[in-house]
Amino acid sequence: MPRFLRTPVGAAATLLAVAFIVLAVIGPAVWGADAARVDVAAMQRGVSAQHWLGTDTLGRDVLARVLVATRTSLSLAALATLLGALGGVVLGSIPSVLPRSAGRAVSALIDLLVAFPGLLLALFLAVVFGVGAKGAVFALAAALAPGFARLTRVLAASVTGSDYVAASRQLGVRPVRLLARHVLPNVAEPLIVNTATAMGGTLLAFAGLSFLGFGVQPPSYDWGEMLNEGLSGIYLDPAAALGPGVAVVLAGVAFTLLGELGAQLTGTARAHQGLRPITARRDEAPGGADAHCALSVSGLSITFPTPRGPITPVADVGFDILPGEIVGLVGESGSGKSLTAAAIARLVPYPGTVIADGLRLAGDDLDALPAAELRGVLGRKLAVVFQDPMSALNPALRVGRQLAEVSEVHRGETRKAAWSKAVDRLGAVHIGDPARRARQYPGELSGGMRQRAVIAQGLMAEPALILADEPTTALDVTVQRRILDLLCQVRDERGAAVLLISHDLAVVAEVASRVLVMYAGRVVEELPAAELADASAHPYTRALIDTVPDLTTNRDVPLATIEGRPPSPSEMPPGCAFAPRCPRAQARCGVDRPPLVALGDARRLACWNPHPVSAKVEATAR
Amino acid sequence: MSTLRLHELTVRFGDGRRAATVVDRVSLEVPEASVVGLVGESGSGKSTLARAVAGLVPVSAGEVTIDGGTLVGRGRTRPRGPRPVQLVFQDPNSALDPRMKIGETIGEGVAAGGVRDRAARRAEVRRLLELVRLDPALASALPRHLSGGQRQRAALARGLAARPKVLIADEITSALDVSVQGAVLNLLREIQRELGVSVLIISHNLAVVRYLADSIAVMHDGRLVEVAPAGELVERPRDPYTRSLLAAVPRLGAGGPARHADDSPVAAADLG
Repeated sequence: MPRFLRTPVGAAATLLAVAFIVLAVIGPAVWGADAARVDVAAMQRGVSAQHWLGTDTLGRDVLARVLVATRTSLSLAALATLLGALGGVVLGSIPSVLPRSAGRAVSALIDLLVAFPGLLLALFLAVVFGVGAKGAVFALAAALAPGFARLTRVLAASVTGSDYVAASRQLGVRPVRLLARHVLPNVAEPLIVNTATAMGGTLLAFAGLSFLGFGVQPPSYDWGEMLNEGLSGIYLDPAAALGPGVAVVLAGVAFTLLGELGAQLTGTARAHQGLRPITARRDEAPGGADAHCALSVSGLSITFPTPRGPITPVADVGFDILPGEIVGLVGESGSGKSLTAAAIARLVPYPGTVIADGLRLAGDDLDALPAAELRGVLGRKLAVVFQDPMSALNPALRVGRQLAEVSEVHRGETRKAAWSKAVDRLGAVHIGDPARRARQYPGELSGGMRQRAVIAQGLMAEPALILADEPTTALDVTVQRRILDLLCQVRDERGAAVLLISHDLAVVAEVASRVLVMYAGRVVEELPAAELADASAHPYTRALIDTVPDLTTNRDVPLATIEGRPPSPSEMPPGCAFAPRCPRAQARCGVDRPPLVALGDARRLACWNPHPVSAKVEATAR
Repeated sequence: MSTLRLHELTVRFGDGRRAATVVDRVSLEVPEASVVGLVGESGSGKSTLARAVAGLVPVSAGEVTIDGGTLVGRGRTRPRGPRPVQLVFQDPNSALDPRMKIGETIGEGVAAGGVRDRAARRAEVRRLLELVRLDPALASALPRHLSGGQRQRAALARGLAARPKVLIADEITSALDVSVQGAVLNLLREIQRELGVSVLIISHNLAVVRYLADSIAVMHDGRLVEVAPAGELVERPRDPYTRSLLAAVPRLGAGGPARHADDSPVAAADLG
């Protein structure tokens, strides 16, 4: 059974809509004769066993007529909706085909038309087009068109601004063809959804027009016209008016809900956020040797359910960070490095499950604390810096306000004290004239300054750990340099530890003292940053370093590459995940996964056949 | 001779007092069959320059000529069909129509180049996919079924489909992983040598530009501050801005600057 049928709204809407369509198809054939049979002897009878909704002024069965009228009502409403949608799409597409100034004129016309109330416009046009079903269809279509035109124009504008349309334009593709091949297919989904929703509204509007006498004229009839007939005797025979009334409401609701359902199905799934519990696997009591660490992670795995079984993009990751230490975590996209950070900050998106042997942040067990305390601990001890500072700051709040909020919430400081602290912290991250900047909005700051503001926000609460996930990837080299310097300075002055996550080995090698290399969800090597350039032992680390060109790379030979691509989490090989791409792979590597073992104090490695490393490291290893 | 010349090219956005000059009287030459690099920070105007040369952004003054014919600017001749300059975009995710198969996307470029016959078009799409080292079977795949590197190759194939004289590569590897970056750069180099097209490669990554380009232009606040052969620019930068840009490049082999020389006790800490 499709998923959408399992929700009450989905099931009800689908069922109702299907029922109405079936009725529209078979209605006239089944009840046509009953609906037309004039019985003067049984005029305007009330509800009876023979006539469930009574009879009308000519003794015809009201229920049969309601059922038969389904076809007229639905088809006229559908026709009006489709005409309106079509007209609107054509009108709304014009601005993206015409030259700029002419396009603006059409846009202005659309805005003007949208300003008229739809039903009023329909009434006016119904008079203009002439009383009758045809006139009503055109009137409603014309009333619907401006809304569709505006939607089409807005949607089309975002597609016309995209790179793939620009690419086609420079290939010399004509505007009309651009519209047909690129723009319309990419805006079709919301337009179709909107059409279904509009259908519900048009049903009601059409009934309204017929009721007022502008629409379907006797002897033809639709629900609106029947409502008109039945209303005159509403006190004597309510069923004759209520029957068609209920039909109009039900059909209107069914199609509107169907549109809503379509919007839900095509829209992005709503993300579940919040602090979800971590399943602890530990069996001994907390505490021990790692109690002095800024961060201690052991046996961390993250699992996501998929239709084809669970996948584990992060498996058995463990590491410690001491206070005042900067540790780099490097890996390619999909290696699980950002997900590891998300697990520490408790931000793994639903429906991911986090399992850990231990997850301790400066002495607090993140997997044992109740949710309320956990928020406090994370708020005070952890600062998170993401790649895009704009998404970390609320664009509608002043920068100072957002910083002050941290102190107000987590330290209970007064508004005034928190504000002056915010200004102080902005100054501490070298933002010039911090008092003025604090009063500005994030949009008024440059990219580098925003990233500083995010770091300053982290400093509002004396964090034990700064989690920096690609903090400089969106920034330029010169700005990157300043942000990296700032992270080092914060570490020096406040003793905060930093977990620096990056795909850029050079960035990590410059500021970190120790580097963890992740591949396919596991840590494959850990080594001092100073040895990254020429003393790494894992073939993957070596290969990764070789692929990065620097300012001394030989221009006469092709760049080194790594053949193949990382395994997807659903097809993890039984042995070493890097084996299929590894130049040093042996038979054992394909079947037996190498464990991550310690080589002396500062190195760990998961490889059966590593590169020989220098004598110095060998000595440490023994 | 397919030499691309930019002459005093200026792009201004907005009007009146709020006008901003994004590209300020830039003159640059991309000689036939050569690779010219353009580096600068974001906001320096390098991407706007690329779009202006490709004809996607209106220019305020100056002109771009190729083979003596005016491409952009006053007195341009606008023949139908594909432009002789094709821009390959930074983000391979948004550069391909998500609802068009790879073969159709590339086929659009082939058709624009004048190939009307369906069978001939298919054969050409196949040749282009092989040229960018993609499996020809991917012609019937949608962009979402391809990896980032494969998408960028497909975008490159579309750009080449119209047989351009100049290819502008705007940050084509900055959205890719480092292990994929090398392969795409190698491909661009091979294609450039094979087809003899001129390439203007734009990047904020100096190492990438130095590896590919014969000469490098440095852009700052909309102006070119230095143009020099690649080796010379990296070894003997003249402009102070070029020097600061070079100094900021993180280096892997340097063993890290002195700033963490004092934390050796931490580095040697017990990791349990």
